[in-house]
Amino acid sequence: MTAQQAQAIHVQGLKKSYKELQVLRGVDFEVARGSIFALLGSNGAGKTTVVKILSTLLKADAGTARVNGFDVATQAADVRESISLTGQFAAVDEILTGRENLVLVARLRHLSNPGKIADDLLKRFSLTDAGARKASTYSGGMRRRLDIAMSLIGNPPVIFLDEPTTGLDPQARIEVWQTVKELAHRGTTVLLTTQYLDEAEQLADRIAILHEGRIIVNGTLTELKQLLPPAKVEYVEKQPTLEDVFLTLVGDDGKNGTPAMTATSARTNREQR
Amino acid sequence: MSKHFFGDTATLLGRSLRHISRSVDTIVTTAIMPIAMMLMFVYVFGGAIKTGSDSYVNYMLPGILLITVASGIAYTAFRLFTDMKSGIFERFQSMPIARSSVLWAHVLTSLVANLISLVVVVLVALLMGFRSSAGVLAWLAVAGILMLFTLALTWLAVISGLSAKSVDGASAFSFPLIFLPFLSSAFVPTDTMPGPVRVFAEYQPVTSIVNTIRDLFTQQPVGTDIWIALAWCVGLLIVAYIFAMTTYRRKIS
Repeated sequence: MTAQQAQAIHVQGLKKSYKELQVLRGVDFEVARGSIFALLGSNGAGKTTVVKILSTLLKADAGTARVNGFDVATQAADVRESISLTGQFAAVDEILTGRENLVLVARLRHLSNPGKIADDLLKRFSLTDAGARKASTYSGGMRRRLDIAMSLIGNPPVIFLDEPTTGLDPQARIEVWQTVKELAHRGTTVLLTTQYLDEAEQLADRIAILHEGRIIVNGTLTELKQLLPPAKVEYVEKQPTLEDVFLTLVGDDGKNGTPAMTATSARTNREQR
Repeated sequence: MSKHFFGDTATLLGRSLRHISRSVDTIVTTAIMPIAMMLMFVYVFGGAIKTGSDSYVNYMLPGILLITVASGIAYTAFRLFTDMKSGIFERFQSMPIARSSVLWAHVLTSLVANLISLVVVVLVALLMGFRSSAGVLAWLAVAGILMLFTLALTWLAVISGLSAKSVDGASAFSFPLIFLPFLSSAFVPTDTMPGPVRVFAEYQPVTSIVNTIRDLFTQQPVGTDIWIALAWCVGLLIVAYIFAMTTYRRKIS
């Protein structure tokens, strides 16, 4: 039990089929508390299905899953108390303002002083100026930030991010990455799914590759790199990538008050390419 | 039932009511079609229809009120469908809330929205010369029957909103409901209809509801019609509620 408690997420033998289609064929993995775990896979690999089972939206056909020590099948209410889900499409209420969205979630989490919680989060996610505007007027990056801000209300120990940067422009993507890193610094466990290899590389402490319903590898980036023969030394003329060019030209001031992409994150970006 | 059921329902009701207050067009659209029908029936066809009643507005208003509700509940299906598609539904379901409050909030919103539309339609009818000698008690009875009718149709709308594959599909179910009053005693007395149509018209729920409301407005004794009307509304409500809840449970598990 104590060993299990040390893990924020513990998944064993998870299976799920939609009629004939076997989506998960026995998925096992563990996520340590306070770490970022990336579930990598192509479209249709079953990433979203795993997230939905872990967030109690779907029932598994077989296997067990524990989140924050609670079984997702038998202690669903406790699981929901411990998690936040940020789904594939920014789940914000478009007709409400940014602030009203946050207040709504704070009320539904039965917290006292929802107004203050909302204002604090608007500030933290640089949305204070946009707080009184309808979410439907937000840009893709702002919606995602609002979406993630809504997920942080009540400080759930485990957060699921299902393809958090799909459909975002490069700057918004870096903003989201920055947020995710901050979360992990504060001790939140993050499970994120992505189909972008560089996203997993940037963020994750551990990476698992989900392929045809099974985890085919699971390890740190270094461990995964060791699976292939050691790098050959080649001399390559280093050209800036289009992303580097784009970000340099557009600069960080494209959006008012967005958390500035730090020079270091831009540099590490470049170095790892 | 979760200890947060009432609090969560109230919070989510507040959300949907905000939606309504920000898209007043949904209430206007709901009211406009019945009002247009009312204008057409009263000022175009009305003169040629022999109802035995001295004022045709008085005669047809009950049917128009039912059409108002039938078109109004389509928005409940639409709002529910939009929630499901946008992902906010999943967000709510993954939160520590009483899960059924998500549905109840939509149902209560439907009651409020339809009540507003009904008041608008009645006000227009008053301008067109509708008069009733009904007392407070009769008006309350009319309101009660209309609310029960709205509630029953709303749970039907919930089934549609939960199981629809497209926005159009979500609201399509309301069209037959809007036409049902035409095959009833709402606009013409049923005894002018040919055999089979007349039988259908006399035994379908709308006729008993229309007759009850008409009798209440004109202060006539309501007779057995009111019990038949109540039985239809309550029966439909129970069946629709059970099916809606079954659909909902299948959706969220």
